[in-house]
Amino acid sequence: MQFGIFTVSDITQDPTTGRTPTEAERIKAVLAIAAKAEEVGLDVFALGEHHNPPFFSSSPTTTLAHIAARTSTLQLSTATTLITTNDPVKIAEDYAMLQHLADGRVDLTLGRGNTGPVYPWFGQDIRNGIELAVENYALLRRLWTEDVVNWQGKFRTPLQGFTSTPRPLDGVAPFVWHGSIRSPQIAEQAAYYGDGFFHNHIFWPPEHTQKMVEFYRKRYEHYGHGSADQAIVGLGGQFFMRKNSQDAVREFRPYFDNAPVYGHGPSLEDFSSQTPLTVGSPQQVIERTLGFRDYVGDYQRQLFLIDHAGLPLKTVLEQLDLLGEEVVPVLRREFAALKPAHVPDAPTHASRVAAAGGARDATVHAAADDVTGQVPEQVREEVEAR
Amino acid sequence: MSPQDRSTRTIAVVSAGLSTPSSTRLLADRLTEATVAALRDRGVTATVEVVELREHARDLADNLLTGFANGPLRSAVDTVTSADAVIAVTPIFSASYSGLFKTFFDVLDKDALIGTPVLMGATAGTARHSLALEHALRPLFAYLRSTVVPTAVFAASEDWAGGSGPGGGLPDRVQRAAGELADLVAGRPPSAPVDPFADPASSFEDLLRGTS
Repeated sequence: MQFGIFTVSDITQDPTTGRTPTEAERIKAVLAIAAKAEEVGLDVFALGEHHNPPFFSSSPTTTLAHIAARTSTLQLSTATTLITTNDPVKIAEDYAMLQHLADGRVDLTLGRGNTGPVYPWFGQDIRNGIELAVENYALLRRLWTEDVVNWQGKFRTPLQGFTSTPRPLDGVAPFVWHGSIRSPQIAEQAAYYGDGFFHNHIFWPPEHTQKMVEFYRKRYEHYGHGSADQAIVGLGGQFFMRKNSQDAVREFRPYFDNAPVYGHGPSLEDFSSQTPLTVGSPQQVIERTLGFRDYVGDYQRQLFLIDHAGLPLKTVLEQLDLLGEEVVPVLRREFAALKPAHVPDAPTHASRVAAAGGARDATVHAAADDVTGQVPEQVREEVEAR
Repeated sequence: MSPQDRSTRTIAVVSAGLSTPSSTRLLADRLTEATVAALRDRGVTATVEVVELREHARDLADNLLTGFANGPLRSAVDTVTSADAVIAVTPIFSASYSGLFKTFFDVLDKDALIGTPVLMGATAGTARHSLALEHALRPLFAYLRSTVVPTAVFAASEDWAGGSGPGGGLPDRVQRAAGELADLVAGRPPSAPVDPFADPASSFEDLLRGTS
């Protein structure tokens, strides 16, 4: 099982000091958090994508490429990549490029994005959200699996004889998760392709997550990818830990009370009982997290949100120390002991290459001029046209 | 379906009164009793479930911020959305339904009450608010695509003192509205719950073809 963290890249005022970090500070802080994640033995770092303040992460592959260069084992992922407003051609190119730079340590989680105004900034309409997710992903897959793509759809210009470069590393595309809080259609999409399904799991009650995951598992089996308990499931989660649980509650409360999304609403205690939020000791986080398995079954990836709501970098790094030293080693052992042998691990580049029968060079060599990029026939046609 | 199922219905009563006891709840109870009696006359046994919104005031504010209904509010929402009919009664504040009443209908799924028979009631200190039922509540249920009975029942302070009269006193309006709701409910099969996680009727291939 993989353990990691995910960040939405929010730049939020620290309610205990009144200070809001600059973009420069927050960007560097996230890089430090990612490096620390590998140092304390976590498996995954996932970064969100947003195109409006208070978030900085408009260009996740740039950030992840930097992190890739400074880490050696960390799996890089997204939370989420906007399949609706990004051109699928650009996603295919960017993430294949990242895959090469990171030596295959890349997967991505696709999401629709729920901020209405973002859609028109990229020439789209939120009312087409599901349709965009369906069409764009169908094209994205073809761009990664077929060297030359001829394609026509509803939402972008047609492609004729198009080759997305670079080709996926070793001829194997990055593994894809589909994230959705509430849309069964997205769970259905994940099941149809035999891809992973990731549930955010931090904002809604566990009963809801359970229904979404059950539906995905049932449909995964329906489409013949394996039995329901072999489907690939990832969950979010959030905690705040101190050795002494009272200290955790006291320190986290102002951040909770003022947090974007749920702040100024339910009490910390109510929200902790209604959602998977755990504020307490490492032992409490261990017990709560092991309990997730009771309602989603054996699953493959657990990511935690630990750096939002204005929490200072120093505090976040302390959380990572506790997570790496006291929590994850126990979770690894306990989850592994419970998992039946026929339940797979989360796919990695290595496992996908092996499943494909080994690595192959997928480079598409064009008979093109080194300088202009033009092929001879093209030049001849242009000359004759004059 | 057994004959017994055919003759049993559930009525959800939503009352947005703030005091205990409230005249809003009093009106809701009058409408409910009359509806149950009218259904009995038509051979239908009704089960009544009352949702007092006052008990969910904080839950509703939380739901606005978090996007989900907590346990107690979830039960109330399920009660109302799975009922065969809804009797919805609000006090009139500042010329319209109360904020608490509106908030409850704001957090329901917009499709949750499609076709559900609804009887509307309202209370206020003066009869000059009576058209709020027509200019505020009726459009709300029109948006939700519920089937609202023609008679909406308004009770001002003076109505509680009056009996039946030639112009149609409160008891007469209650009777008429209850009869209209009972006719609608008795003429329809019991509502069946909709499971959003049931296997999709159309395959993902259809969804794919639909957009390419």
